[in-house]
Amino acid sequence: MSRRSSALDHFLTTDPRDVGCEQALDLLHVYVDLVAAGEQPELTYPGIAAHLDACGPCSEDFHGLLDAVRGATETLGSPGLPR
Amino acid sequence: MASVDPSQQRPLALPLRLDPESAGWLRGLRSAGAVRDATLARLHTTLLRIALSETRRRAPRLRIAGPELDDIAHQAAADALMAIDRKLDGFRGESRFTTWAYKFVILEVSSKVGRHFWRNPPVPFDAEDWERLPGRFGFDPARQSEWRELIDALRHAVDEQLTDHQREVFVALALNGIPLDALVIELDSNRGAIYKTLFDARRKLRAALVADGHLQDDSTERS
Repeated sequence: MSRRSSALDHFLTTDPRDVGCEQALDLLHVYVDLVAAGEQPELTYPGIAAHLDACGPCSEDFHGLLDAVRGATETLGSPGLPR
Repeated sequence: MASVDPSQQRPLALPLRLDPESAGWLRGLRSAGAVRDATLARLHTTLLRIALSETRRRAPRLRIAGPELDDIAHQAAADALMAIDRKLDGFRGESRFTTWAYKFVILEVSSKVGRHFWRNPPVPFDAEDWERLPGRFGFDPARQSEWRELIDALRHAVDEQLTDHQREVFVALALNGIPLDALVIELDSNRGAIYKTLFDARRKLRAALVADGHLQDDSTERS
């Protein structure tokens, strides 16, 4: 019996490019800045992209950081120097 | 598990030219007296706004609301501010300063949400109710005859293939749905170590199910 497309199959499938949480989080700010700038960091950092695709907590942090960066840009415009 | 290619790890060669905003933050935080205090206050205000926004973004997926969410946000902002101040020399200018700083507060929110989970856990982390598994992976009860064999094979592989620690982590995360960051707290570990344990367990289990013909081998697609 094969369940090729089942959620269980997807969960058990690992990507050898996956760099793990430590390396992904170490560069998450760089990765997010590239996404926010409209770049394609998944081409430069395929191991981080693979990790974010598989790791729920790191993916949550990625989306939170991206929202924060985009929200800050929208809210503050060009914030200028600290007052 | 792979490593980031060192040749690609630092795309912006040092020494880096900071954007004016980042340079301003650094100058303010490295100042003394009133300038530093004002910069810290402004950074705290910014971090708190990010933390409040982040806790609200996550709220629909959490069993936390109202004042507790705000408490988490305030604690996260305060702890992030201290960490940023302590690790300022670790900012290498590869991103904007604010993106680097926001990362601290996002990670603090994750950690504090994980810790909060144990105030009222819906299930013990080491309970082992295999009847939860079909529901967690969306198997249709009406088609039990089709997936029961797969679930039985998975359970057998968990018993036979995993180390005690891998089994503990797999049961907590896959069977009981404990959030990974909460399990980190319970096992006094870190996210990377728990993820690696689960990664190895997933790889072993899939290999066992492929060997027994329950799943298809996808190695040709990934090579």
